[in-house]
Amino acid sequence: MKALALADRNRKEAVRNPMSLALTLALPAALLLVLASIGGDDSDTLNATFLTPGVALFGFVMVMFTSAMLLARDRETALFARLLTAPLRASDLGFAYALPSLLVAAAQAVVVFAIGAAMGMEFAGNAAYVVAVLFVVAVLDVALGVVAGALLSVNATAGAYTAVLLVTIFGGAWFDLDEVGGPVRTVSDLLPFSHALDALRTVIADGGGIGDIAGDLAWAVGYAVAAVIAAVVAMRHRMVE
Amino acid sequence: MADAVSVRVPAIEATALTRTFGGEVAVDGIDLRVDGGELFALLGPNGAGKTTTLRMLCGLLRPTSGSARILGHDVATDALGVKRLIAISPQETAVAEHLDAWENLALMAGVHGIDAATGRERSQSLLATLGLDQRADHAVKRYSGGMKRRLSIAMALVTDPEVVFLDEPTIGLDPQSRRGVWEYIAGLKRRVTIVLTTHYLEEADELADRLAIIDDGRVIALGTPDDLKSRHAGAQNLLVEATGWTEDALAALGGRFRGVSRSDRTVEVADSDATVQEVNDCLRPFSVGLTGVHRRPASLDDVFLELTGKELRP
Repeated sequence: MKALALADRNRKEAVRNPMSLALTLALPAALLLVLASIGGDDSDTLNATFLTPGVALFGFVMVMFTSAMLLARDRETALFARLLTAPLRASDLGFAYALPSLLVAAAQAVVVFAIGAAMGMEFAGNAAYVVAVLFVVAVLDVALGVVAGALLSVNATAGAYTAVLLVTIFGGAWFDLDEVGGPVRTVSDLLPFSHALDALRTVIADGGGIGDIAGDLAWAVGYAVAAVIAAVVAMRHRMVE
Repeated sequence: MADAVSVRVPAIEATALTRTFGGEVAVDGIDLRVDGGELFALLGPNGAGKTTTLRMLCGLLRPTSGSARILGHDVATDALGVKRLIAISPQETAVAEHLDAWENLALMAGVHGIDAATGRERSQSLLATLGLDQRADHAVKRYSGGMKRRLSIAMALVTDPEVVFLDEPTIGLDPQSRRGVWEYIAGLKRRVTIVLTTHYLEEADELADRLAIIDDGRVIALGTPDDLKSRHAGAQNLLVEATGWTEDALAALGGRFRGVSRSDRTVEVADSDATVQEVNDCLRPFSVGLTGVHRRPASLDDVFLELTGKELRP
């Protein structure tokens, strides 16, 4: 498959970039260690059970950033022009930039949940549901990265990353949205990340099943599908000036 | 490379190809026909519209009006069909810096759907031919400019394209590296259709079967280098080679002919009416050791000067 050849190159670029690896793997792990250590077992929010899903989603934003930067930087090179003369469709190009990022996101989630478990995360539910929600959010973030990388300059890409990061944090990554309430809760409920976090915490902490998370999951899936379509459209726009 | 390229089917056919940016016309109604196996050069100064033309022919840029076809595939409506047949070596060095030469070539073979074994075989041959095999395992970011340029050309050829676009393939190279790239490109003639953009006159003269001179987005001359020189170069300057030039001798020449200029042992007389006999007669009274008087061969620079009133020098 032609797209896999480019995906393999992008994977090598990601693996051979120490800063990218540090951002995507080490930073979320360190954040979880620090925050969970501060709160300990007595805190309602600064504990491994509450924080692990939030930090996992925070980590996905890092993946979004690195994938967006790779594409935005590539666009400024003649190599990208060369790649655009290859018989690849917009969906092939988008897939080639997304696949390595999805693999990094998977590795990152494994690291974060392993640290969460080591820090005392109580896991009451079905792991398959957690994997499903994480997969949907990873697809959403990576697709947003492709959109940003395809349309924005390198500098503007950093701005897009900041926006998604804030939306994720204010979606309740490491605080309880119910305690904040008001407009923050209202706005967050319109966006996908608070729903994804609610779904993850329902499964992890409360042992919730598919019936308990279906609404939140559907919300996140809707955003993910829209983001994937936007990524293909953005790539198509980029292919011919 | 394709074993044989039909000489009957036009490899490239552009009709009234036009591209504007904002209100500015970059390419202004270009008509071109390049036959299969031909090495065709687009020659012109920076900003003349060469790269814009190339980008339209590759499907990277949508024509504002007009059309172009590559081996019968329309660049606007069948871009994927076009991209299956072409390869480009862009003006800037288009390589993945963190990868080695093998990986760069495998990338291009892969995105063109070529299986790994075939890609490896072609890569081996190209790396050896272009003198890159000794450092093929090294990261490209450690290569010299010349090595990157040769790799960039190899990346265009590893896909065995029917039509190759080489955008300023020797820009920034030292003369020795440039000569090496020329030899390689010359070796590709007849096996693949090549469109080369350059602003090096001698490059077009040396390599091209035919060329188009582009200025201000328009083709102002089209033909073989020899045709263009005979049609447009006009009368050539006289070159007077001698030892022991004296001020009196130079003054005599300057008094008799227009446009006399000296460079070391050679004096150039830019007076189209001057004849060899007249120059000999003029210098006879002086103790100048005349070694030769001859007309300078016409160059594409003379053609460009004649057509545009300006010199084309990098």
